[in-house]
Amino acid sequence: MSDGVPMLEIKGLRARAGGAEILKGLDLVVGAGEVHAIMGPNGSGKSTLANVLSGRPSVEVTAGSVLYQGRDLLELAPEDRAKEGIFLAFQYPVEIPGVSNAYFMKAALNAARAHRGEEELDGMDFLEFARKKMKLVEFDEALLNRAVNEGFSGGEKKRNEILQMAILEPRLAVLDETDSGLDIDALQVVANGVNALRSPDRSAIVITHYQRLLDYVVPDFVHVLADGRIARSGGRELAHELEKKGYSWLEVAPPVEAAAP
Amino acid sequence: MTQSSDAMLEKLANRDYQYGFVTDIDADSAPPGLNEDIVRLISSKKNEPSWLLDWRLKALARFMEMLENDVEPTWAKVEYPKINFQDIIYYSAPKQVKKLESLDEVDPQLLETYEKLGISLSEQKRLHGVAVDAVFDSVSVATTFKGELEKQGIIFCSFSEAVTRCPELIQQYLGSVVPVSDNFYAALNSAVFTDGSFAYIPKGVRCPMELSTYFRINAANTGQFERTLLIADEGAYVSYLEGCTAPMRDENQLHAAVVELVALDDAEIKYSTVQNWYPGDKDGVGGIYNFVTKRGACRGKRSKISWTQVETGSAITWKYPSCLLQGDDSVGEFYSVAMTNNLQQADTGTKMIHIGKRTKSTIISKGISAGRSSNAYRGLVRIQPGATGARNYSQCDSLLLGDRCSAHTFPYLEVKNASSTIEHEATTSKIGEDQLFYCRQRGISEEDAISMIVNGFCKQVLRELPMEFAVEAQALLGLSLEGSVG
Ligand SMILES: Nc1ncnc2c1ncn2[C@@H]1O[C@H](COP(=O)(O)OP(=O)(O)O)[C@@H](O)[C@H]1O
Ligand SMILES: [Mg+2]
Repeated sequence: MSDGVPMLEIKGLRARAGGAEILKGLDLVVGAGEVHAIMGPNGSGKSTLANVLSGRPSVEVTAGSVLYQGRDLLELAPEDRAKEGIFLAFQYPVEIPGVSNAYFMKAALNAARAHRGEEELDGMDFLEFARKKMKLVEFDEALLNRAVNEGFSGGEKKRNEILQMAILEPRLAVLDETDSGLDIDALQVVANGVNALRSPDRSAIVITHYQRLLDYVVPDFVHVLADGRIARSGGRELAHELEKKGYSWLEVAPPVEAAAP
Repeated sequence: MTQSSDAMLEKLANRDYQYGFVTDIDADSAPPGLNEDIVRLISSKKNEPSWLLDWRLKALARFMEMLENDVEPTWAKVEYPKINFQDIIYYSAPKQVKKLESLDEVDPQLLETYEKLGISLSEQKRLHGVAVDAVFDSVSVATTFKGELEKQGIIFCSFSEAVTRCPELIQQYLGSVVPVSDNFYAALNSAVFTDGSFAYIPKGVRCPMELSTYFRINAANTGQFERTLLIADEGAYVSYLEGCTAPMRDENQLHAAVVELVALDDAEIKYSTVQNWYPGDKDGVGGIYNFVTKRGACRGKRSKISWTQVETGSAITWKYPSCLLQGDDSVGEFYSVAMTNNLQQADTGTKMIHIGKRTKSTIISKGISAGRSSNAYRGLVRIQPGATGARNYSQCDSLLLGDRCSAHTFPYLEVKNASSTIEHEATTSKIGEDQLFYCRQRGISEEDAISMIVNGFCKQVLRELPMEFAVEAQALLGLSLEGSVG
């Protein structure tokens, strides 16, 4: 992405879920190589934004546009977005009984590789590749042979998301509160996962409630999402400010339109 | 469920039946109708001894009595118009000029039929380690690897042949597990059964290959009534596979088989079925009525009988492979996947009858319903007064694909010995939007995701199948095969 086309360009995005309008004219530009943090109170629409980007069928986009590397993202099916390099670390990872984690990840990786015209990895090659990534995120290999997320602890599920991210090496990673409920060690693991992917042609959107993750994953920009819009944007000092004052002071501050950096 | 996934489910549910062709072959058929003459005809075609004819006639009398008293079973959760038993042809066999000396003499058209079904009867081409008995309409047309098995004293042949080869075994065991008057369809089968497979594994012999029977219904208006009898003598082991298909026809066809298994001391029988009879079209026209009685007797101490079934075909399935756990410390197992689409109906399950001490049974049932189908699990666990320390574990899971299908669970428990332990678990779930989306977000197509989820759901059962059969079963379920990882 050397030619200056942004990784992601969202304009005037409006989206509905469960019969209500959740996103009400959201603008955001994420440049290649940048990490953006999105903070905001519960229910402000952070997960809805993640769902729009990943194409969850239950969310309906009613207005606005989303360009991914200059292409219309909204016309792509979820699996095609994934194969084009969009990854969502789910706030609530899903259990798939009877399907082994290793098999699942291998299928995901090979779908992307086939899409890129690369040869699919067989079981042995996949394991070798996965082992390196497991080291990076301190993942217990026993979990690889268990069913996807079934009976995993909260922390294990989050680590599993990060492992999948490490294996799929996305261009645009969206982490939805991956840090919630994690101890410092696990937080470090999440940070390692994101930081290992940092490069001039990859970007990340890190949705979080707490600024403490941002001590480990240092964002280029911080945005506050409130009532379906970006209410405020700034550098990483904004996260500290929020931590001190909470979100309530935002309501008196004038909303900032078109907060693209 | 989103629109697109509904469309996907619809597509999966409406996959064409691949085995629906008809083989144009001269057949030697009896006129339709059920009476003493037909039974005598069948018996004489097969040169049966008089005791067997008498046995059949007794069964016929019993069946006619039941028919008159209108005791055709109606308790199953299936619906169909009344069957007119006088409209059915009870005997149809491909014409054969003379007795076969070897496989080379089998009508090439028949061989081709089985090739088309993916069953090669040529021993060279056959996957190593599986012997096949091919039953076409009413008769067995070929049995492979007989010679090799005979070296170990194993008898594996068509039922008709067994009647002449080892009449004493037949006389001793036929009807000893499923008596003539056991139920309506078993009585009918006992009167008119035409062929089937027979196997005897002698003392201490571990059968070196999988034995398998492949059933094919070809002729129109013909009922298929086969009889299978497997005997594992003391310390013997055998793994047995059964597959079935039929042409697509607009009228319903009746398949009423009886399978009897006997395991003596320390013997083990593993019986696997992949049932893919023609299910009828998407509007419910045509298809096989699969009314089958399968029962195994764990007669010996420490004996074990294990039923594994993958049921994807038939318009109606009515089938309860069961175990009589007579020997002390004997073990019964039932692993089942029943998948129904469109207007298919399945009422299937098992009966575990604990008679001996410390007998143990496991029931794992997975029902998958799609389209407008109905899928019921019906299972009985009975602990007799003498079955001290008996144990049972039952798990019945249902998976719904879409909104118009249904799943039902009918567990029956009869406990007459307080020292027994019984555990029952049941779940019903819908393929979730969450699961589908999670897979798709990882780049896995919706179709593959559904396959993967269904496959995962059936895993506990599929892993019980012998390898080659598991591949076939997964293909049948529209599944992709899981790789070697994990
Ligand atoms: N599928 C849905 N059905 C009903 N309400 C929804 C649905 N998705 C989101 N919402 C509502 O939209 C609002 C924003 O949700 P969400 O994007 O999850 O917020 P956040 O992630 O910022 O906490 C909440 O009020 C939530 O209840
Ligand atoms: Mg959220």
